[in-house]
Amino acid sequence: MNGGAVGTGEAIVFWVSGTLAVIGALGMVISRKAVHSALFIALTMINLAILYVANSAPFLGMVQIIVYTGAVMMLFLFVLMVVGVDSSDSLIETIKGQRVAAFLLGVGFSILLIAGIGNGLMETSSTGLDAANAAQGGNVEGLAALMFGPYLIAFEVTAALLITAAMGAMILTHRERWMPKRTQRELSQERFASGAHPGQLPPPGVYARHNAVDTPALLPDGSTSDISVPEPLRVRDDIRDVDPAEIDEVRQLSADTSVEDDGR
Amino acid sequence: MTDGQFGLFGTDPWWLVIGKAVVIFGLLVLLTLFTIWWERRVVSRMQNRIGPNRVGPQGLLQSLMDGFKLAFKEEVIPKAAHLGVYWIAPVISATAAFIAFAVIPFGPTVSVFGVETPLQLTDFPVSVLYVLAIASIGVYGLVLAGWSSGSTYPLLGGLRSTAQVISYEIAMGLSFVAVFIYAGSMATSEIVVAQQPIWFAVILLPSFLIYVTSMVGETNRAPFDLPEAEGELVGGFHTEYSSLKFALFFLAEYINMVTVSALATTLFLGGYLAPWPLSLWEGANSGWLPVVWWLIKVQLFIFVFIWLRGTLPRLRYDQFMKFGWKVLIPAALVWVVIVSIARLFRNDVALSNTELLFIGAVIIATLLGGSWLLSARANRKEQRRLDAEAENARRVNEVLTGAATGHPVPPLPGQRFEYTPRRAAVTTAEVSSSQAIDADAEEDPHG
Repeated sequence: MNGGAVGTGEAIVFWVSGTLAVIGALGMVISRKAVHSALFIALTMINLAILYVANSAPFLGMVQIIVYTGAVMMLFLFVLMVVGVDSSDSLIETIKGQRVAAFLLGVGFSILLIAGIGNGLMETSSTGLDAANAAQGGNVEGLAALMFGPYLIAFEVTAALLITAAMGAMILTHRERWMPKRTQRELSQERFASGAHPGQLPPPGVYARHNAVDTPALLPDGSTSDISVPEPLRVRDDIRDVDPAEIDEVRQLSADTSVEDDGR
Repeated sequence: MTDGQFGLFGTDPWWLVIGKAVVIFGLLVLLTLFTIWWERRVVSRMQNRIGPNRVGPQGLLQSLMDGFKLAFKEEVIPKAAHLGVYWIAPVISATAAFIAFAVIPFGPTVSVFGVETPLQLTDFPVSVLYVLAIASIGVYGLVLAGWSSGSTYPLLGGLRSTAQVISYEIAMGLSFVAVFIYAGSMATSEIVVAQQPIWFAVILLPSFLIYVTSMVGETNRAPFDLPEAEGELVGGFHTEYSSLKFALFFLAEYINMVTVSALATTLFLGGYLAPWPLSLWEGANSGWLPVVWWLIKVQLFIFVFIWLRGTLPRLRYDQFMKFGWKVLIPAALVWVVIVSIARLFRNDVALSNTELLFIGAVIIATLLGGSWLLSARANRKEQRRLDAEAENARRVNEVLTGAATGHPVPPLPGQRFEYTPRRAAVTTAEVSSSQAIDADAEEDPHG
């Protein structure tokens, strides 16, 4: 910022978003459920994006939300939900000396980070984001001028790396087909050509006195349909007989109504 | 913003900012109530019914009453629900739906109690990206609702909605690129002004069509409403929600409809600018009148949503994803390349007619060559299919005994297993009948 002056609004945004971002980061480490961790890190990302916007880098803020919160974290969540990592991980050390190593690495990383930021604050004189943005006529224009100017090669190489990774993922999940995939039309043609029953099998008959699944359905001509009885019963020949008087009655009814049916 | 580029934005007094926010909130709630009624009436008319016509004039208050009823209903929370996430999910959904509207321009600069101000809550250089970002936060609501319900159908619905919204957001984002190139800005207010002589829907028709398709997918509306496909998933992600929480999801869905319609209006139909014959009249684009044009255009899109719902059956999920990834995204990419090249030639390269003709000839030759290659590929594919069929026909009477090759392997297409009777009681006739059924089941290992 110019001269280091921070407006009241910006200060409020910083303290609110900064606090939430830290809470999110802590929650991500502390929470025991994988999904909760993912949600906490999403909270951190969103609050960082708000800070970016408040610091005159609106493009970075929006892209952070779209790419990281919207796509990357979402895919993480997706995997967590599909795999069903619900139970908390065991807290017993699985790799020997892991905690000590993690602690040392953490301390080293913090020293590096503090030194880097301190160096940036003390040694380098900054022109301020407002001036940098104004140089090219805006934040987005300034980013574009850098990205497609001095850093074009780096940008393209990163893109190539990402494409390679995507191709690798596709090759790893690739499955060879035995034969060309059959279309819906071909499948339906086959179904009819085979002469087997093309659709759902008819459900068992349900009558006033028998509603068990071993009761066959009655066809309009009064005969019974054996395929309406579930296969295990059919194989054991456990099909209930239908009273011939009922069949006659149905036949009589269908004969009576056939004229009206034609009329419709 | 201190850019100066955004003139009056960010200079509003505090009471005006709050006033605008409250008006937008009220407008969205009213539009939701209206849209629900409007949808029910229009769909009814399309289905030869009358629709709600009892409460209030023409049934206009029906959705208000339904809202009251919904709010006072008993709330049922599943025992397996993850409570915190279960509570926050509808809130995320509804909040995201409301705040996306902050950058939508309703009209030009007007005077409110002596203060000159644009009819838009705020604007900044990347406001269209802001809408995309908020939409992607809104999806969290659906996904978390699905996961936290602790039930299978909502989980499947939530997963479907993630996959769907991420896929269609790519096509949607790509359709914006051409607009950004032509408007020279990503700020909504500037995009509207850039459409002064002619709307982007006319000069960027492919972008417009891609956006309109992907916006239906993005809002989970018919025919792309797979996350809540009743026939397959009961109610999808909101199956386990009831009472006010369900109402929030309902509200979010309808506000999202209004938001994507408003964005379509802003990016492609000239926002609040008057349509053609009216735009000849000087006063049509100033003062409060443009709000009317804006409202009419948004309602037009909402009518299209309703029309689609009344007309089209739901897509199958795999066909829907294939459409998004293999049709919409490539089409959008090709169109972006065409637009960029055209723009480059117009801006930087001065070409003679001979050169233009030459370039045209090269393009046509490339297209012809490409189509020839494609047809050759189709022929090869057909040949492969016929070969595979012949191979299967050859195999059809082969019986695969369990371990003929020394190791138990699954049957190739066309082969069938030798049936091993499991019970002594089974007679031969029954064996052959159940064998036929087994063969049916094995015929298509990939479903």
